[in-house]
Amino acid sequence: MANLIEVEHLSRYYGKYCAVNDISFTLARGEVIGFLGPNGAGKTTTMQILSGNLAPSSGCIRINGFDLLYNPLKAKRSLGYLPDTPSLYKDLSVQEFLYYCAQLQGIFKQAITPIIDKTVERCGLQTVSKRLIANLSKGFQQRVGIAQAILHNPEVIILDEPTVGLDPIQIKEIRALIKELGKDHGIILSTHILPEVQETCTHVQIINNGRIIFNESIIDLNRTMTQGCLQVITQSAVDLAVLSAIPDVSHIEPIAHNHFKIHYSLTGNPTHQIAETIIAKGWGLEEITPIKKSMEDIFLALTQVES
Amino acid sequence: MSIALVIATREFKSLFLSPLAWTILAVLQGILGYLFLNQVETFTLIQTKLAGMEGAPGLTDIVVTPLFSNAGIILLLVIPLLTMRLICEERRNKTLSLLLSAPISDSNIIIGKYLGTLGFLLLIVALIAFMPVSLLMGGELDNGKLLANILALCLLVAGFSAVGLFMSTIAGHPTVAAIGSIGILLLLWILDWTNSIKDQRSELFEYLSILRHFQTIQSGQINTMDLCYFVLFIATFLLLSIRCLANERFQK
Repeated sequence: MANLIEVEHLSRYYGKYCAVNDISFTLARGEVIGFLGPNGAGKTTTMQILSGNLAPSSGCIRINGFDLLYNPLKAKRSLGYLPDTPSLYKDLSVQEFLYYCAQLQGIFKQAITPIIDKTVERCGLQTVSKRLIANLSKGFQQRVGIAQAILHNPEVIILDEPTVGLDPIQIKEIRALIKELGKDHGIILSTHILPEVQETCTHVQIINNGRIIFNESIIDLNRTMTQGCLQVITQSAVDLAVLSAIPDVSHIEPIAHNHFKIHYSLTGNPTHQIAETIIAKGWGLEEITPIKKSMEDIFLALTQVES
Repeated sequence: MSIALVIATREFKSLFLSPLAWTILAVLQGILGYLFLNQVETFTLIQTKLAGMEGAPGLTDIVVTPLFSNAGIILLLVIPLLTMRLICEERRNKTLSLLLSAPISDSNIIIGKYLGTLGFLLLIVALIAFMPVSLLMGGELDNGKLLANILALCLLVAGFSAVGLFMSTIAGHPTVAAIGSIGILLLLWILDWTNSIKDQRSELFEYLSILRHFQTIQSGQINTMDLCYFVLFIATFLLLSIRCLANERFQK
């Protein structure tokens, strides 16, 4: 599958301060990448660079095969972007605003009205489509921003904190919308809300101090989360087959001859049994550490170690 | 190019959504109407004297030329207020990213913004031109001179708005943009005042002064040099604006 976004060795400096430090990743059709990170980690900067609002200090970005720096118009044609503050002309009505956006995207005149109608419906804006954006609540403004980003059916959709300011029902709707869009588009979204990533994304990237410190698919992540993991260090070599035979142990990942990770399902906890076995066999248990498993734990562990 | 027109149309329409445009139209029309009537009054007073003179100035010289000169000065103060928001406000309201992330080149953004404002200013020029045209009901005008005046004012507002747009692109706050462009324009306007001191004529200053070129065209002499001056003037500031907008992405 061709990659919709390819980012290679991207860096961005503000003066001497390095906001994004040599990050690389790809996004394929059907993927939804969740960007996580503490404040000031470089999420928004990365998204601004991807959307063509900021120039990178170094690195290369290809969107749908076109280089963003050397062929910006073609690259941006397949791009929908919702900034952290939605760019809305407050003195226009929702209809007028979306019409203008469609024109800016170069959509043919005849096609504009049906496209707007479809987007308005998708984002649940039917009741407010004739009202001025300035008079709408924050939640509705956010939805207009999302409507603007998906209006022209772009291959790549970049959403900077899309569910900020929405009520729980709206959040649910928007997440469903993102999931649906994610089937045949590539989406990058940033958020502070960890369950949101678990619910809507196919991949998770945690970014801290300008670096990607964690990049895994949600399937792998869920496996780690429904499973517990123990890190075991012993003095002498271990017969892994013996340990594997312990009930609830699903999989052992050797790191060195006396150092390995034991994955087990959370339905039972074999820690006690493992420790007893190792001692009984005389392998000399040196360390047995549970490895953090919740998303929040991963997030905190990763971001705090770094800083 | 059609994208530039889309932006221009939006800009033009948006102007009328704010009270600013209406206020400017009303104030300008009021002041210039008063000045126009004043000139007409003067003409009727001295008409009999003029009739006896040979080669005396006509209705056009007494009414039209001063009206357009005054319009030029007032517009020098008004246009910066109109152009100050163009890019600056979009940046402050964070709406600029809508344009920057759309498949539009920087030059189309600038040209679109420029044409939108220019459209409004040409409307102002048209409204001003209607005043002397109304004199045709009861008198005769030198059509050539009237057209020359209209052309001069059009070129003048086109130049002014290019400066205003440029200042709006570089300034962080609309007020700063307005003050900056009033400063530049006023300086260029008064640049050839040094010529009143006889020994200190500077050809460079004389060439740079907008006023001089404006007056030459106003008087009915349409030279390539004056036309070139305005074209170069507008092109320079538009190009600078495009460069500045492109630099926006490299902000520190």
